[in-house]
Amino acid sequence: MPLIRRLLIANRGEIAVRIARTAHAMGIDTVAVYADPDTDSPHVAAADQAVRLPGDAAADTYLRADLLIEAARATGADAVHPGYGFLSENADFARRVEAAGLVFVGPAPETVAAMGDKLAAKELLGAAGVPVLPGGIVREDGDAHELAARIGFPLLVKAAFGGGGRGMRAVREQAALHEAVAAARREAGAAFGDDTIFLERLVERPRHVEVQIFGDTHGNVLALFERDCSIQRRHQKLIEESPSPAVDPALRARLCAAAVAAGRAIGYVGAGTVEFVLDRAGAFHLLEVNTRLQVEHPVTELTTGLDLVRLQLLVAQGHSLPAEPVAAGHAIEARLYAEDPIRGYAPSVGTLHRFDIAERDGIRVDAGVSDGSRIGPHYDALLAKVIAYAPTRDEACRRLAHALSRARLHGVRTNRDLLVGILRSPEFIAGDADTGFLDRHSAAELCAGDPAAPAIHAAAAALAGQAERRATTRVLGGIPSGWRNVRSADQQVTYAHDTDSRTVVSYRLPDHVAIDGKPLPGLVVHAAHADRVDLTADGVRRTVSVHRVGDTIHLDSPLGASELTELPRLPEPAASAAEPAGSLLAAMPGTVVRVAVAEGQRVAAGQLVLAVEAMKMEHEVTAPHCGIVRRLPVGPGESVDAGAVLAIVTADAEAAG
Amino acid sequence: MPVLRSRLDPRSDTYRENRTTQLAALAALREQLDLARAGGGERYVERHLARGRLTARQRIELLLDQDAPFLELSSLAAWGTEFTVGAGLVTGIGPVCGVECVVIANDPTVRGGSLNPYALRKNLRALEIARRNRLPVISLVESGGADLPTQAELFVPGGRVFHDLTELSALGIPTIALVFGNSTAGGAYIPGLCDHSVLVAGQAKVFLGGPPLVRMATGEEADDEELGGAAMHARVSGLADHYAVDEYDCLRIGRRIVAELNWRKHGPGPTHPADEPLYDIDEVLGLVSADLRVPFDPREVLARVVDGSRFGEYKPGYGTSLVTGWASVHGFPVGVLANARGVLFGEESRKAAEFIQLANRSDTPLLFLQNTTGYMVGTAYEQGGIVKDGAKMINAVTNSTVPHLTLNIGASFGAGNYGMSGRAFDPRLLFAWPTAKLAVMGAAQLAGVLSIVGRQAAAARGIAFDEEVDELRRSAIEAQIERESHAFFVTARLYDDGVIDPRDTRTVLGIALSAAHSAPVAGTTGYGVFRM
Repeated sequence: MPLIRRLLIANRGEIAVRIARTAHAMGIDTVAVYADPDTDSPHVAAADQAVRLPGDAAADTYLRADLLIEAARATGADAVHPGYGFLSENADFARRVEAAGLVFVGPAPETVAAMGDKLAAKELLGAAGVPVLPGGIVREDGDAHELAARIGFPLLVKAAFGGGGRGMRAVREQAALHEAVAAARREAGAAFGDDTIFLERLVERPRHVEVQIFGDTHGNVLALFERDCSIQRRHQKLIEESPSPAVDPALRARLCAAAVAAGRAIGYVGAGTVEFVLDRAGAFHLLEVNTRLQVEHPVTELTTGLDLVRLQLLVAQGHSLPAEPVAAGHAIEARLYAEDPIRGYAPSVGTLHRFDIAERDGIRVDAGVSDGSRIGPHYDALLAKVIAYAPTRDEACRRLAHALSRARLHGVRTNRDLLVGILRSPEFIAGDADTGFLDRHSAAELCAGDPAAPAIHAAAAALAGQAERRATTRVLGGIPSGWRNVRSADQQVTYAHDTDSRTVVSYRLPDHVAIDGKPLPGLVVHAAHADRVDLTADGVRRTVSVHRVGDTIHLDSPLGASELTELPRLPEPAASAAEPAGSLLAAMPGTVVRVAVAEGQRVAAGQLVLAVEAMKMEHEVTAPHCGIVRRLPVGPGESVDAGAVLAIVTADAEAAG
Repeated sequence: MPVLRSRLDPRSDTYRENRTTQLAALAALREQLDLARAGGGERYVERHLARGRLTARQRIELLLDQDAPFLELSSLAAWGTEFTVGAGLVTGIGPVCGVECVVIANDPTVRGGSLNPYALRKNLRALEIARRNRLPVISLVESGGADLPTQAELFVPGGRVFHDLTELSALGIPTIALVFGNSTAGGAYIPGLCDHSVLVAGQAKVFLGGPPLVRMATGEEADDEELGGAAMHARVSGLADHYAVDEYDCLRIGRRIVAELNWRKHGPGPTHPADEPLYDIDEVLGLVSADLRVPFDPREVLARVVDGSRFGEYKPGYGTSLVTGWASVHGFPVGVLANARGVLFGEESRKAAEFIQLANRSDTPLLFLQNTTGYMVGTAYEQGGIVKDGAKMINAVTNSTVPHLTLNIGASFGAGNYGMSGRAFDPRLLFAWPTAKLAVMGAAQLAGVLSIVGRQAAAARGIAFDEEVDELRRSAIEAQIERESHAFFVTARLYDDGVIDPRDTRTVLGIALSAAHSAPVAGTTGYGVFRM
């Protein structure tokens, strides 16, 4: 029976932190690994020791089996936990770990390999009695009709190799089949270099329901009930819950039985997940088996009271699984990503200046970041998982939405508003959401904030700004803010939000604030500090938390979160206004000795335009910005006076305008 | 430190009547300040704005630190004269990049910002405040020069502006000229005499002679820009240290210059706790009667002005018509001299002379709250040496070197005005409440004195005294003196630095004390000969 004393966690982010927490609780030392961008990451601090993986890219670091095993050796680790993603489902890695004499915390390499081949896995498990969607490979285009007839409509035409929805087509009737197959073949060939086409029954408005299974080395396989992961964006799960609102006890029993059957069929050891697609009628079919700990495992932990990482480590040390589990209550998890749902889910990078989610009763936060974390482009954009647990689904929903909405997340854009929008949408609350939810509801609709927020937040930003300035002034700090013995214009501050809109806040203490000239009615400022403004507007009193980072002001209140950028009152002029924009002037009298560009030529910033000789020195004149040489009034040999215009280079923006 | 206990009853009829009077006076004040603020009036302001220029007050607002206070000075200069209220010039004290500065801005909407005799006095007073308090000066220049019809009153004393600017420079007090427009002829010397100058492109015109004058003098044809544009001065003459692309840029550069002064105040503090008074300052409005003859206890004012209402009284049982004692305002310690019942007797005068010496020993600034009808008259007092005692007090006030701040809260008559550090005694700053009066004596007394003198003269010459004519003359004189004692009349002539809302007293004193502490605060031990 192997004994794990020191565990190398071959992962990063929240899961590495989470694994370390349980390992430490079990008295197991931990070793973290980190790529260069993660040098200061919480997962490094969470472990007892850490080993650097030089480089940035995952391929050079977290995916390097050799480096990971060497790290385990160097630190005297006796086991490796792969977490999820990276090498967690890489059979070769599992084999090499075992070959190095280390315990791999996961199923046997053969199991990983068998389940990694999705088509073969379906065949294998279908044979074991696990329901699989009818489907098959189209060998000749002529076979398609016969195959389609066997599968039934509607069906899905897709590339056998590849993914991401490319080459995928829904076909609802025989007539459209031929054209769909031909098109899919062309697309698949172009995209993946293999034009093999696969037909499969299309499940309309499907739900994604999966069952957590656990096997031990003593032949036991347990089902820890289902999770519903129907809220997805491009096959990326966003919200997961347990139990599923679409599963009744009878269905649950059938799902669990099928999952256990799958586990037994492959002699499963450790934590795994059997994923099913569930249709409106309650029929379910196998999607795939994941041979690792899932991102969404906490919902199962909260409903069953089990620590799945602990179970993994126990099983890996040869312990037997506990008796039949029971589940109670409802857990919902939301995945907080550094991405901007409004702008096509563009990944967001930068410094996470504040990461503050209150871990109240019934709220668990599994985070891989903290205040000041750098969010880079190299790895998964998951910042944290927030999980709510409550006696009922409604309450868990509300609890999670509230915790997320009051979280303070500054510096990088996140999908928080989207998550809150989903959790508060009638369709989700009714338990009626399927995997097409985010196709039917736009991010903009779900992220729509409170209409009162912009004005209140802008007012709070201005009030906090003046409080900060008053508190930090070197002189006259005790004098009332903006005091005048002769009435004057109100104090004014201009903020930019998003990219092009401006908000002008004018104010006169104690109680006058106008947003773009419109006074806030019934304003009472109870307190204004640099980091907190307590005000009543329109009869409602609220506290707005204010966090300034440079010129950016982050505001959080019950109305939501805003980000404003304060514009300088006296900005540095962009370019000389006296000369045409982009004029290059002679610094002193001299002679033009060289002209390196021609009129109309495009130049890069810093590119040599011409050279002037003066006082036996050659002075190079370079382009101040990228743009076009609009005018070149001088030529070689020409003498020029100080201040003479040598060339005009219009910047790109102006050239466009 | 003992804490003052107020006995003011805000529910009394007197309180309500007093408050009504004060509010009416404040409404009148606000009306006049609005006139000053309006500058040359809507038409000229609109024309100025249409030319893409900022008004003097907009320039000041952008120059000052955001949310910082600004104490405007001499706002009602030229009130009641042929010139616009405010005299076409805005001056004041406010922080720029954390440095308290004196700001002097021409108002180009008032006759092109030209300087009239009142504007000159206002300008000189601002420069004097800068010099006495060691405050950097920022001039926001856009002026057509002297108001030529009044040149006779302007030309000779006007040289003092040049004198004072360069003297400030010699004293190590920075001077900065931000030129937004015309600064021609004599005005051209403003940027020339300042330590720093910034000229706005296309707007600043700095030359001794404009195109017509040059053509007349030498026949040369030259345009504005060649003679005195920002580009020329920044690249050719070197008069401009900085070339500003527009007014905002000019203000930005001006702020940068101040930030780069590496400025340090030479006075201490604030050194004391600056907690708010225990009583609401708003209640001072119920304190002062419309009838100047009704005295009020200045401790009621202090209880609403000084830090924590703390006041350590000096000689409380001696010379009780003058309250003296120690307090602090916004953390700056002060010695207070406040008239309690109008008249100054020998005891009060001696007490004041002692107290002023003590303040000088401890380098403590002095605050004078004036409400005096003057030194006591009458045989007993003359024989008791009231002249000698008054002289002691005036001697001490004159030679005291700690900063003096003076506030007329009621009356400032006779030599009491001198003893209580009036304008002639160079207080660093001097303000009045709107109902305060200032004159050699009260209007009725003055008219009465003239009537008695007239009666005596008639008797001496043996002619009949016409009672009816006397009555007419007496009331005419009384009305004239009443008018000339009015706070607006006094402030219009630069005899103080402004009329303030009594509710702003603590704030104004705080700003004034802080400004005074830019210069070293040091008392003296040298006085004139005290007559014993």
